[in-house]
Amino acid sequence: MLARADAPALLLIAPTGAGKTLSGFLPSLAELAGAPRPGLHTLYVSPLKALAADIKRNLLAPIEELGLPIRVEDRTGDTSQSVRKRQRVDPPHVLLTTPESLALLLSYEDAPRIFEGLQRVVVDEIHALAESKRGDQLFLSLSRLDALAPCLRRVGLSATVDDPEEIACLLARNPEPCVILHADPGPPPDLSILETGRPPPWMGGAALHAIPAVLEEVKRHKTTLIFHNTRAQAEIFFHNLWLRNDDSLPIAIHHGSLSREARSRVEAAMLGGELKAIVCTGTLDLGIDWGDVDLVIQMGGPKYVKRLVQRIGRANHRADEPSKAILVPANRFEVLECVAAIESALDGDLDGTRRGPGPLDVLCQHILIRACAGPFAADALFAEVRTTGGYTDLPRETFDACLEFCATGGYALRAYDRWRRLLLRDGLWQLRDPRAAKRIRMNIGTIEDTGSLSVRLRSGSHLGEIEEYFASTLTPGDTFLIGGQVVRFEGLKEMTVEVTRRPDAQPRVGRFGGGKFPTSVVLTHRILAMLQQESWPELPRHTSDWLALQRRISRLPQAGRLLVETFHAEERWHAAFWGFAGQNAHQTLGLLLTHRMEVQGLDPLGFVATDYALLVTGLREIEDPASLLDPADLREGFETWLQGNAVMKRTFRGVALIAGLIERNLPGSRKTGRQATFSSDILYDTLVRYDPDHLLLRVTREEAQRGLVDFGRVEEMLSRIQGRIDHARAARVTPLAAPLLLERGRVPVEGRARERLLEAQAARLLEEAGLEELS
Amino acid sequence: MNGDAFSFTLNGTHALALPSGALLVPSENLICISDLHLAKSERMARRRGVMLPPYETRATLDRLAQDIAAAQPTTVVALGDSFDDIQASEALDAQDRATLARLQEGRRWVWIQGNHDGGAHDHGGEGCEEFRAASLTFRHIAEPKASRGEVSGHYHPKYGPPGLGDRRPCFLLDASRLILPAYGIYTGGLDAREPVLRDLFADRALAVLTGTRAIPIPLPAARRRSRSA
Repeated sequence: MLARADAPALLLIAPTGAGKTLSGFLPSLAELAGAPRPGLHTLYVSPLKALAADIKRNLLAPIEELGLPIRVEDRTGDTSQSVRKRQRVDPPHVLLTTPESLALLLSYEDAPRIFEGLQRVVVDEIHALAESKRGDQLFLSLSRLDALAPCLRRVGLSATVDDPEEIACLLARNPEPCVILHADPGPPPDLSILETGRPPPWMGGAALHAIPAVLEEVKRHKTTLIFHNTRAQAEIFFHNLWLRNDDSLPIAIHHGSLSREARSRVEAAMLGGELKAIVCTGTLDLGIDWGDVDLVIQMGGPKYVKRLVQRIGRANHRADEPSKAILVPANRFEVLECVAAIESALDGDLDGTRRGPGPLDVLCQHILIRACAGPFAADALFAEVRTTGGYTDLPRETFDACLEFCATGGYALRAYDRWRRLLLRDGLWQLRDPRAAKRIRMNIGTIEDTGSLSVRLRSGSHLGEIEEYFASTLTPGDTFLIGGQVVRFEGLKEMTVEVTRRPDAQPRVGRFGGGKFPTSVVLTHRILAMLQQESWPELPRHTSDWLALQRRISRLPQAGRLLVETFHAEERWHAAFWGFAGQNAHQTLGLLLTHRMEVQGLDPLGFVATDYALLVTGLREIEDPASLLDPADLREGFETWLQGNAVMKRTFRGVALIAGLIERNLPGSRKTGRQATFSSDILYDTLVRYDPDHLLLRVTREEAQRGLVDFGRVEEMLSRIQGRIDHARAARVTPLAAPLLLERGRVPVEGRARERLLEAQAARLLEEAGLEELS
Repeated sequence: MNGDAFSFTLNGTHALALPSGALLVPSENLICISDLHLAKSERMARRRGVMLPPYETRATLDRLAQDIAAAQPTTVVALGDSFDDIQASEALDAQDRATLARLQEGRRWVWIQGNHDGGAHDHGGEGCEEFRAASLTFRHIAEPKASRGEVSGHYHPKYGPPGLGDRRPCFLLDASRLILPAYGIYTGGLDAREPVLRDLFADRALAVLTGTRAIPIPLPAARRRSRSA
């Protein structure tokens, strides 16, 4: 690292726990060890606040030991106002921060003064940032820093990734080169599947059958991290784990919906060596170096090989020993997924990201942030933006469209010339009303906010947060899990969910949001290849028998073809489409197919989408599945009909928030909840109808294709099968499809059927209430 | 259209709650709509610097044009908060002004004053605080002790029974009074179960959901408990 200290951009790739973070600071410490001049020298950016605090501890130890005159401070959302103010006046030598706090710093008018002497910026966990809009925002911020601090050198620290060049391109100031250093990858990890003594259930994700075996493993090891893919699953598992924890092993829970106090308590207990295990989610994927963790348990299929590798690295933060991880399939399909994931991890066959060009909503926010800091020339900002990896090919007209959006809303109907946000004066763009800066600053950030409500006990203590949508489905008396305890919903008070403790009650599970990722292409392809084997000696007996039975009764899905099984069961016709395209893509396919079925009079009732298959249920058999799967028809359906879909609206909300069309925290606007802010769905519908070419609709469509709608994976599947469709008409439910019938989360077909249901229920309620006489 | 409406009698006057959120009184050949909040986006931009899609006036008037074309009323009563504020009433663009003028042609048009749009504006019609027709009294905000037959707006009621999808704008109705949903496109809503709204009605009261059809559904009884602040 020291030898390359003067490279303008340097990417260090090392497995988790190889001490790469401190090595990223070595050149800074060496430069500062002499007589540091006052002012900011090194900026450290990490995706986690906790990481910034942890690095501070780790950095301060050697600095104090050697008596170096170096000031190190952190600055995150948790830093107090007075400290933040002081930091702007008198910055430390080393500032540890997050992408959002950095963007906020750059929005101040004194940003040039704060950053003028900056020498180095260290981006930690850059592989994780590179996957999200937070990274796009950070890389745009780096382009701004470059303009303010001409001597700036960039260092990126990354875990092992499939394509280091891609990360290097994001890190470097384009078109400048980036040096890539590879650290010793260390010994291969010790990976296995948990032996539970009995087969996993057919469906579901809770893996409760594994609790006794998991407890045994926890007992056998010093400290265990038990990773779950969703917050809700972590809550259910934790709740049930404690019901069986006869030895009262100290086990805690940690996820993003818990209050900050609850999380810091757990982190402190962990650092103090008081815990045997933590049930956790992605919030602990990255970050704090807990030396004593000697086992990682992954509950459920890991979905992404990269995520598994990252989690494996959380165990044994010593480069010379293998990390140990145990995978726990929650159902039969996940047995395949876990075996495939272990093979991929050991082969170093990691999933790619291919994120496409930098998102425009983030660029819009960047323009607004730039405007907060003072007047700017469009040409100069455009040139800066183009030095950022994701935006090197950004056309000028697209940049101008974003600028226009920021200035006037970018509507075909030019209604806001009087109240525009930005105006051009003497060749420089600036805020029309400087007071707008405050509101823009309050909305900085790209972390998706699904609209969450705070959960409080009547006594006042804050337990965590739940999704607004979930809260809206609660009626007083309902019970749900949060932080491992069962609480009873009492009512909504302003924007707070009031609850009381109900340890005796059966919980109804909270839908907390949090990531629901589809299984990656790499993993699904491996599973497909596995299905074509003659036999399956690497699989547990229960799973290989199941596959053999499927082969005898029907057939097994193949990579280059699409297997469609139709059968009659439980008085309904079912059709299983084995697309292996991931849950989001299957859901989209389900919406498109059932819509076409309705047109063809096939009476669809609903569907279930999993990572592997789509199961459509209806009153009639699909006799010609190929007729439903014409790529041109599907594409057209996507363009026209899917516009009105809820996932599009949800994507739009995120885009509109980031781009600054709507605001996250309107001061005072949520006080009463009365005539509360209307839904962004209305804005979406209005734009679709009156301004269909609007910039944000374009951004929404592109993003939905890649994200929630995942039409990209539908396309991938269609090009993979090239019209080769195998229709298997089975006499009864097939072994492979049987679990699908048990899957929860059926999506009812929208339209008349649902409306009829509502009317029927309304009529029944009217009759029960004896209120017909009012009509 | 009327097949999808909800038919009821209030203080002896027969009326229809239309799926759009408008009220039709056939005997008077009258249509009533409430809380149009026209030019809301202009006010939001002026007051808060947010630039929402400036099409809500157009969208709201398009919807109203459909109701008027179908019912051909001789009287239209706008039940208050027709404009998001009095300054917004001046901000309508030429096309929207023309649309509004065309809708007013050949019929009586009554602007009842709301809390948002107090003051005079130049959009034709007549202004007043209250209006009577048949056995009904139209005013913007419900009066707790009003006599039977009161029709009002203001609260933007919304309701959706648990488990049956999102809340929708709705009419609220008992034997004595009716509250209309907000007709404007950019309007949030107040849950019909909120005490300030629920307490205006008798225990036996109906919500009539708007949408593709007007769907009547009983309101849950008021939660009469004093809540410590």
